[in-house]
Amino acid sequence: MTDTLEQPRSRLKHRHRLPVRLWHWLNLWCLIVLLMSGLQIFNAHPALYWGSASNFDNPWLEMYAIRGTDGDIQGQTALGPWVFDTTGVLGYSSSNGQSTVRGFPDWLTLPSYQFLTMGRLWHFFFAWLFAGAGALFALYALFSGHLKRDLWLPASQWRGLGRDVLDHLRLRFHGTRGGYNGLQKLSYLGVLFVALPMMVVTGMCMSPTVNAAAPWLLDLLGGRQSARSIHFIIAGSLVLFVIIHLLMVILSGPIRQIRDMLTGGRCQTPAAETQRSAYHETK
Amino acid sequence: MKRSDASSADRRGRRRFLKRASLGMATLGLVGCDRLSQNEQVVDTLDLAEQLNLRVQRFLAGERGLAPEYPTSMIDQTFRPNGSTDPQASRYRQLAAGQFRDWRLGINGLVDNPLSLSLDELRAMPARTQITRHDCVEGWSAIGQWRGPVLADLLDRAGVQSGARYVIFHCMDQLGGEDFYYESLDLSEARHPQTILAYSLNDAPLPIANGAPLRLRAERQLGYKMAKYLSSITLATDFDDIAGGKGGFWEDRGYTWYAGI
Repeated sequence: MTDTLEQPRSRLKHRHRLPVRLWHWLNLWCLIVLLMSGLQIFNAHPALYWGSASNFDNPWLEMYAIRGTDGDIQGQTALGPWVFDTTGVLGYSSSNGQSTVRGFPDWLTLPSYQFLTMGRLWHFFFAWLFAGAGALFALYALFSGHLKRDLWLPASQWRGLGRDVLDHLRLRFHGTRGGYNGLQKLSYLGVLFVALPMMVVTGMCMSPTVNAAAPWLLDLLGGRQSARSIHFIIAGSLVLFVIIHLLMVILSGPIRQIRDMLTGGRCQTPAAETQRSAYHETK
Repeated sequence: MKRSDASSADRRGRRRFLKRASLGMATLGLVGCDRLSQNEQVVDTLDLAEQLNLRVQRFLAGERGLAPEYPTSMIDQTFRPNGSTDPQASRYRQLAAGQFRDWRLGINGLVDNPLSLSLDELRAMPARTQITRHDCVEGWSAIGQWRGPVLADLLDRAGVQSGARYVIFHCMDQLGGEDFYYESLDLSEARHPQTILAYSLNDAPLPIANGAPLRLRAERQLGYKMAKYLSSITLATDFDDIAGGKGGFWEDRGYTWYAGI
């Protein structure tokens, strides 16, 4: 009985609400599977172009193998005018003890061996999960107040962004137990409302049937090969986001951070929080 | 919905293939993630996305939504060929040596008037010319100008019977050895206004590398659907008894029947 009475209050005190936590962990799995199966698909033709069609003589990014002057096979990656020797990782790497010509190495692809159709099955199934859960979460963020309350920057945080950047660069973090800091909010907003939807849109624009349904969307992105390139670039920036995100978790008390994202954690009371932020403002 | 029992049977078959193919590679000694790709239930579940893709994409594009067409300036000088580029089957070599004068396209199966058409007869039909983008399942794209009769016109001439649901394309090339290439479309995609049988690429007769004398263009599908080196077209209720039973050469090797994404 007391439980039911207590519930509204204890829910209010959660640092991360249930939908946030569910989405966070589901998304983690989706992104891992989508990244690894995506790299499997990329490996079927490890080159990227701009425009509608592929100008095979002039990809802006390409991974391949050549026979070096000493007779050894080298993996190379060409990015614009620059060529890098990436033997062992990109272009030429060993898979199950056997050296093979492949874009990304086997420990980054799903399945590890070259098997395009299996990569596509994994990718499209998890794409539906990811897009469905993402759309639900975006609706939740909009209508539950999560966006306004936890993610949107108040005027003071917009003004404090410059200082936030400097503090982050000095690895000086305020233990904001109550809420997110300005830079953090901005990166979450960018991921939730720009990067993730763009992944879905650029992904769909690689489908010839979707192109027939919405040719204007393809024009907006600059053609199918541009869509494929943007899909790859945003995937890369999401990997960068995850790396920085993990770094921040490690630097700001990893045990507490992970525990809170699992159990919800406890917020400080609103009063204490206001005091704290007031303290920060005047500091 | 249209492909209820036939499709579930061929999907089961495809899963068996995927499992077998994966197990073949298991001898290499694999990590945990790969084990999942070999589990039949896992592959069954992943496979659900194909039906979802088909239904949602068909709904979005409609029966007649057109694939983008491009200006002449965007045509690629060489249209990258893929798969078979120089079929070695003796029958094909003979026909090619005679400039395909003895070649005929058969249209048979569930039709009222089976047809057998020469290249000249096909050229005499009203043709559609379209500059479209070809998307390979591997990820690259190429733009070319295709010309040929609209498949729907040929189907109307042959008179499709009410029981027919699929159009099956038989080819003269044996990709990678024994099996002849083949493909299938359902009637809705086969009757799409941009679905043509092309005898010309970039204003020249279709080169051997690109499927001479005649190839399918299904512009809302990936490249593997667009069968080259056509010899005949069959109208049928299903494709269970053809080759591996999954509706196409690559479908028999684990690729999805629906190739719209």
